[in-house]
Amino acid sequence: MSEFSPICIYLVISPLVSLIPLGVPFPFASNSSTYPEKLSAHECGSDPSGDARSRFDIRFYPVPILFIIPDPEVTFSSPWAVPPNKIDPFGSWSMMAFLLILTIGSLYEWKRGASDRE
Amino acid sequence: MIIDTTEVQAINSFSTSESIKEIYGLIWMFVSIFTLIFGIIIGVLVIVWLEREISATIQQRIGPEYAGPLGILQALADGTKLLFKEDLLPSRGDIRLFSVGPSIAVISILLSYLVIPFGYRLVLGDLSIGVFLWITISSIAPIGLLMSGYGSNNKYSFSGGLRAAAQSISYEIPLTLCVLSISLLSNSSSTVDIVEAQSKYGFWGWNLWRQPIGFIVFLISSLAECERLPFDLPEAEEELVAGYQTEYSGIKFGLFYIASYLNLLLSSLFVTVLYLGGWNFSIPYISIPELFGINKMAGVFGITIGIFITLAKAYLFLFIPITTRWTLPRIRMDQLLNLGWKFLLPISLGNLLLTTSSQLVSL
Repeated sequence: MSEFSPICIYLVISPLVSLIPLGVPFPFASNSSTYPEKLSAHECGSDPSGDARSRFDIRFYPVPILFIIPDPEVTFSSPWAVPPNKIDPFGSWSMMAFLLILTIGSLYEWKRGASDRE
Repeated sequence: MIIDTTEVQAINSFSTSESIKEIYGLIWMFVSIFTLIFGIIIGVLVIVWLEREISATIQQRIGPEYAGPLGILQALADGTKLLFKEDLLPSRGDIRLFSVGPSIAVISILLSYLVIPFGYRLVLGDLSIGVFLWITISSIAPIGLLMSGYGSNNKYSFSGGLRAAAQSISYEIPLTLCVLSISLLSNSSSTVDIVEAQSKYGFWGWNLWRQPIGFIVFLISSLAECERLPFDLPEAEEELVAGYQTEYSGIKFGLFYIASYLNLLLSSLFVTVLYLGGWNFSIPYISIPELFGINKMAGVFGITIGIFITLAKAYLFLFIPITTRWTLPRIRMDQLLNLGWKFLLPISLGNLLLTTSSQLVSL
């Protein structure tokens, strides 16, 4: 427990380090006028058109979904990768089977073009 | 710092009563944490100055020269200016997400400084999963970027935030696989063990020579994670508006700026720890104890040398990302995603399998 106590204290202090600067400007703030042009969205000089959250490019949607697959692949590889001299070849080959299955999936994704374009 | 037996004895020597020992232990912890945070802030200021000087030299102009001698205080001057600027909140934006977004990016990077060793016992938390902690906590940063982009109520910010998040998560996997290869070579995920495993043979023992492909993939992936050129899309893609940072002003914008340089310093320190031998004095056949007649890694002198060597290696390595930023052009979004998914991921996976097979063969 004593080896984790600096970590716990640091976990409290580092959010403070990044949140305290957010409050520093308040004593210096003046009641300046906030007019609508200043607060509206910036669109390079023209008036903002439409709603900012109407739609976005669908091609961003598959990127995190396709990230879900290699992410546990890498996470499950880490207990396997660290002690290679403590697991028998049986352990290595079973992990190879797991990676093979995921590689077949990745090849299918590549050929179908799911990771193309944006 | 790790509270181990020698520190406990030192603390015990101050007093005999139990509660005062606790208080001294607590004070020791606070001193070390604040020293680290102070060191990080100074380190970031040095990087900002270094970048401005190097970019000025590359572009054949004089860099900052008015704020302090050689322009050293320029970063402080910029930060102070940003502190006094008006803190705009966009209309109809999500105020809470907007305010918290930059802080989340900074917090996730600050937390990763826990596991960087500056000496054999000069690490804030000697976790046995050290490098894995960095990988996982730095994965929180894209959430901050998405919050900033969405909360700005601006189409360009939203799009920039999505692209930034897509870039960050795409390059996490090659990064993790390179780090896994290193921990495979050192039989441990603890950063202290990884540096210890490189301590023989001087600089011929560096992981750089044992993992050349891994080093190059790590370099590219960490540049992409830091969102530095040539992977600068989220900040400058729309070229006139600044991506997810468009609607920010004042110190929140400063927090994004600080987060970028904190991330750069963190990546350089991790390159030093993982590939360049950490705090070891890497000239082979000369060992400091013989040269100066002191015990190995004992005494304030050895610790100071260790800190100095770590920082020297990190800052010498920093020339590479900074020069890259001011030399190479920016790549497009589809080129970026192709590079991450179709080039770096198979190469890093192959590197991991190659390292595994070499370890198994050498058993």
